[in-house]
Amino acid sequence: MTTFTAVLRDFYEREPDRVSVTLQHPNQPDFHITYRELIERSNDYAAAYARAGVEPGDVVILILQHGKDLVYSFWGAVLLGAIPSMMPFLTEKLSPERYRADLAALFSHSHPKGVVTYPEFEADVKMLATESGYSVCEVFITDRIPQQEKLDLSSLPGMNAAETDIVLLQHSSGSTGLQKGVALSHRAIFNHLDAYGESIRLTRDDVIVSWLPLYHDMGLIACFLLPILRGVHVVQMSPFDWVRAPWRLLRTISDYRGTLTWLPNFAYNFCAQKIRDRDLEGVDLSSWRASINTSEPVRFKSHEMFYERFKSYGLKFETLQTSYGMAENVFAATQNDLSKLPYVEEIDRESFIADKVARPAFDGRPAIQMMSCGQPIPNTAIRVVDSKGHDVPERHVGEIVLKSNCMLTGYYNRADITKKAFLPGGWYMSGDYGYMVNGEVFVAGRKKDMLIVGGKNVYPQDLEALACEVPGVHPGRTVAFGLFDESQGTEEVVIIAEVDSEDEAEHERVADEIRKHVTKNSAIAARYVRVVGPKWVLKTSSGKVARSANKEKFIRELESENQA
Amino acid sequence: MSAEMQKTIADFIAQKILKQPKRVINPTDALISSGLIDSFSLVDLALFVEDTFGVRIADSELNASTFDSVEQLANLIASRQK
Repeated sequence: MTTFTAVLRDFYEREPDRVSVTLQHPNQPDFHITYRELIERSNDYAAAYARAGVEPGDVVILILQHGKDLVYSFWGAVLLGAIPSMMPFLTEKLSPERYRADLAALFSHSHPKGVVTYPEFEADVKMLATESGYSVCEVFITDRIPQQEKLDLSSLPGMNAAETDIVLLQHSSGSTGLQKGVALSHRAIFNHLDAYGESIRLTRDDVIVSWLPLYHDMGLIACFLLPILRGVHVVQMSPFDWVRAPWRLLRTISDYRGTLTWLPNFAYNFCAQKIRDRDLEGVDLSSWRASINTSEPVRFKSHEMFYERFKSYGLKFETLQTSYGMAENVFAATQNDLSKLPYVEEIDRESFIADKVARPAFDGRPAIQMMSCGQPIPNTAIRVVDSKGHDVPERHVGEIVLKSNCMLTGYYNRADITKKAFLPGGWYMSGDYGYMVNGEVFVAGRKKDMLIVGGKNVYPQDLEALACEVPGVHPGRTVAFGLFDESQGTEEVVIIAEVDSEDEAEHERVADEIRKHVTKNSAIAARYVRVVGPKWVLKTSSGKVARSANKEKFIRELESENQA
Repeated sequence: MSAEMQKTIADFIAQKILKQPKRVINPTDALISSGLIDSFSLVDLALFVEDTFGVRIADSELNASTFDSVEQLANLIASRQK
């Protein structure tokens, strides 16, 4: 067993000139970072943190986007033995008020000692950091990190880290997610890399290509820590650049002979629908051995669409693979065997909905197509249980629970919610519904109130609260939920808000205001914003907004409108 | 010509991007900075413009500082059609 710092030291001593990370920016030459540069420039950050009084075990928040400063500031914290955490969502669109509210939510439980950001955010972050009650001792600005002349690795406090020390925190977005940091230890992450590396047969000849943001487990673990700690080359681009030009991913795979990617389901549809042939001239995808679909519900139709679109560029069908995971287990919990296609089956719709049993479809009755996420990775055990925590039979739908040697240490400074997340015996309750057949895990819905939009976790209560802030909206009478869109391959956000008026023009005006307010304050785009008159929103007998009942009502209205 | 082009663009945005066919989009309404069009839909708009008007908009131009309204987008297209 080992620590992050010990592994870095080995690379520094043995293979300092090996390229570890390549960063791509449009219209600029690719920026290659060797292990020597990675460690020396990260040491600049470590020295700056130490001078300001940041100590081992302190939290450092990184408010940065794709680029070298994000890489160096992260590893700088690790070299010092401090705990880095990347702040999700920093876009120019975000309003100052929301930005402050997000930081306040993040600071409230992580108690950071340092914050790193760009010069343009200096004033805002400093203002908040100096407000009473916060622990921040310094705001570090990327253009003011002095270069260190000498590097004495052995003197860095991070070298003394214990395997059980927390090495990083991971948050999802929004005020709910920001108050819930997943704390992971060196040991948990190495145990995960061992097990997952075996599952995907990782070798040092692999080349990982990614556009994923690093604040999310898929980007952070699979496309940042795994390659750097295992000596595998990773080529990264920004999600903002990819979404405007999805062909860049395929071009980079071709240019670097990429072998591995991880993508959320919507990305398959997005690439298949929005890339033109002329942007693919000369592209060769034959090196690509696995593209692992994970972090939102996986659809075989998305794989088919993607394969049909790109097979003439050398894409193999068996490249398209699946996995299921969560940050609390570091990253993956299951992985399909890469030598086989993911198992796909048709199940009877009625049995699934009425009896919660996934019976194979029969007699041409209406069916639902399901794709397996593979089998548990070697260090992870998975069970499916009922609401009392008892195992359910094969093919019966229940909550997926898991146990492994790579579990989170806890939600940081949140012993209360950490305790609630486990069943007796140390089984973590995923909040996802699923069923098992022959050891294959199928994910079939969510118990927890969360949406997954383009691979990002979004809490509906955050969106509902934002909609309530718009003048005219009836307080407490808003609902947010996700609606799966087959053509997009992902959930789209629906927000319903009640007002006192029945006037349609007024409804449209308020809907626009909600759309604007939600976009500015959450960086999530709402596809449907529906403003409704009094008494539309359904509540439970205890007065809570019933999301599923309102969703059904919305779908019924949408269907009758489409028929009209 | 320009009014027709503006209407074609506005109809596409209302029907295909916002999925609100009846919705009226004024030529000067902010599209990107207001959040009306999210980043996932920008590439659709660029592809539509190319197919319909034969003008290419580079991915680096898909931001509010290049165009933020139907009017500005129509002007950009017109300037490239010459």
